[in-house]
Amino acid sequence: MRKAMKTKRNLVTAALVAPAAAWLTVFLVLPFIAMLVFAFGERAPEGGYQAAFTFAQFANLPTRAAAFWNTLLLAPAGALLCLLVAYPVAYYLALKANPRFRLILVSLVVVPFWTSLLVRTYAWMYILGSRGIPHLLAMIGIEDVRLLNTPGAVLLGIVYGYLPLMIMPIYVSLEKLDRRLLEASADLGAKPVSSFFGVTLPLSLPGVMTGVALVTILLLGEYLIPQLLGGGKVFFIGNALVDLFLQSRNWPFGSAIAVTLVAVVVIVLMVAMRIAWKVAGTRQVDLV
Amino acid sequence: MTKWYRKNAPITADKLADELMRLKRGSVTRRHFLGVTGLGLATAVLARQPGIFNATAFAEDLGTQMSIATWPNYHDPATFEAFKAATGVAVEVNVFGSNEEMLAKLQAGGTGWDLFVPTNYTISTYVKLGLIDELDMSKLPNYDASTENPRFTNEGIVDGKTYALPKNWGTTGIALNSDKIKKPVTSWKDFFEVAMAEADGRAMVHDYQLTTIGNALVSLGFSFNSIKPDELAKAEEVLIKVKPHLYAINSDYQPAMRATDAWMTMCWTNDGAQLNRDMPEIKFVLGKDGGEIWSDFYAIPKSAANKAAGYALLNYLMAPENAVKEHIANGAPTTDSRVLKLLPAEVTSNKIVYPDEAALTPLEFGAAVTLTDPGRAELMARFKAA
Repeated sequence: MRKAMKTKRNLVTAALVAPAAAWLTVFLVLPFIAMLVFAFGERAPEGGYQAAFTFAQFANLPTRAAAFWNTLLLAPAGALLCLLVAYPVAYYLALKANPRFRLILVSLVVVPFWTSLLVRTYAWMYILGSRGIPHLLAMIGIEDVRLLNTPGAVLLGIVYGYLPLMIMPIYVSLEKLDRRLLEASADLGAKPVSSFFGVTLPLSLPGVMTGVALVTILLLGEYLIPQLLGGGKVFFIGNALVDLFLQSRNWPFGSAIAVTLVAVVVIVLMVAMRIAWKVAGTRQVDLV
Repeated sequence: MTKWYRKNAPITADKLADELMRLKRGSVTRRHFLGVTGLGLATAVLARQPGIFNATAFAEDLGTQMSIATWPNYHDPATFEAFKAATGVAVEVNVFGSNEEMLAKLQAGGTGWDLFVPTNYTISTYVKLGLIDELDMSKLPNYDASTENPRFTNEGIVDGKTYALPKNWGTTGIALNSDKIKKPVTSWKDFFEVAMAEADGRAMVHDYQLTTIGNALVSLGFSFNSIKPDELAKAEEVLIKVKPHLYAINSDYQPAMRATDAWMTMCWTNDGAQLNRDMPEIKFVLGKDGGEIWSDFYAIPKSAANKAAGYALLNYLMAPENAVKEHIANGAPTTDSRVLKLLPAEVTSNKIVYPDEAALTPLEFGAAVTLTDPGRAELMARFKAA
């Protein structure tokens, strides 16, 4: 009897998990396997893929060292810059803003997401181009300023594009913050600044870590912003992939780069998460 | 919904007889009769093309939508509006920056294009890979091979079969803003030198291996179409050296040139004519050391979903009175003497559009091998990733 119930419960669990498992298999595992197979193949004479077993694609990886370097440097840098801008905003929204307007203010952070990033990036092309800010600067006598198609423009585009993704998790973790802890901290004689660094900041670290991880991972695949605001000169792995699949039609090499990127991301994430939970996790346990 | 669905559906013989009898009895209006039988549309189309019984393409169900893949700033938007007004088919326009990109999309399959605009050197490869259809000339009565200039239309014919019809021809030269750049630029050698000096941070090259690599080769005195590894290696040096000085690597250079963000760019005839028309300080020059001469074609992908509409639009574009509007808007020279006659004198006397034969002599048509050569593909990818 008991055994029958147990099997039944297992069946229900299996039925509940099945759609998600099927989804993951079809849209994540199978494409990844296909990519792995491609990565060991050869470019067909007219482009595309042709079956083979060779490590030549991986041996060719150093020719894209600059793209890997740019991505692995600019993605975390962009995420950190995002964090610097996002934290005060999230702090204000969660702890300082008038509760009556809080929901409206939070919505305002999300509203830009209703418009395609492409359109918003084009707007930046106009603002940074000669008819935008440089034109205004020329009026006050500062001539020939170049903003568009520079690494600075790419970083600006990244911060602008990914800011909401950083603000939201930090906002959520700050919003959950137990105010009594701040009162206790003040009662015990801590100045606001030490309260912030001793209580608020550590308690919001899970949100910070989530935000940084989220933005970094998405940035590793970014190609639109470097293309539009960097003039196709500031190269990310995403751009290298677009190029290899859409121009050179070298699917095997593109796959090898994609597989390598996934491997790098998994390793970086595992290390980052381990550090993150060591920092954030244990303190949380102490306080409870 | 139902009415919309019925609008272009063919009528059966029974229903035609039925409607005819009702019309005779006077129970339907003439307009309704013409509408349901499709005769109204057919006569409307025939009225536009006097004297030719070519309703076959339009008698088919054209659907309500089709898709064309083409180049930036390449068509008069009014053309597609007029086509929609005549046939009820809305045209979705997809814009590309290189033939390689078009080939990659077609190889991956499922593009949804019913017509596209490949360049001369790609046609033989498309035929070899079985990606385009041999054209059914009976559906294209507006095309007249005898009025075409074979210099520009040859490559649409492979093994005696016509796979593509010409859109226009053109050249790849240098557009430069003469207000900003005073040093004369007359060759590709000058182009790369000025890009690193007077136009530092203000020059653009195409995101397109054929022209960017080709012109770098020409600047060194090699053939535009070279695939020799040692010559390609030297061209790569030129490109890597100039890269830090470039404003951008982008085939859609009109916005940057118009905003004067960029002062000099590799440029196709039609863009050169448009830029010069709107901003006379932007000049267009052909490299005296060489460069590219080209012709663009219309072809129908094997995978096209709405071939009937693809043929209909192609036939529409081949009518000289429609083509002439395209040429005036787009600025590229025509391959068709019927269109040439209709063009205003200020277009045909424009030296950007119709240069002297002597200026064309050093130019080369792109060679088929450059499309598929892995060396050139990898060079371009390395240049961009450097």
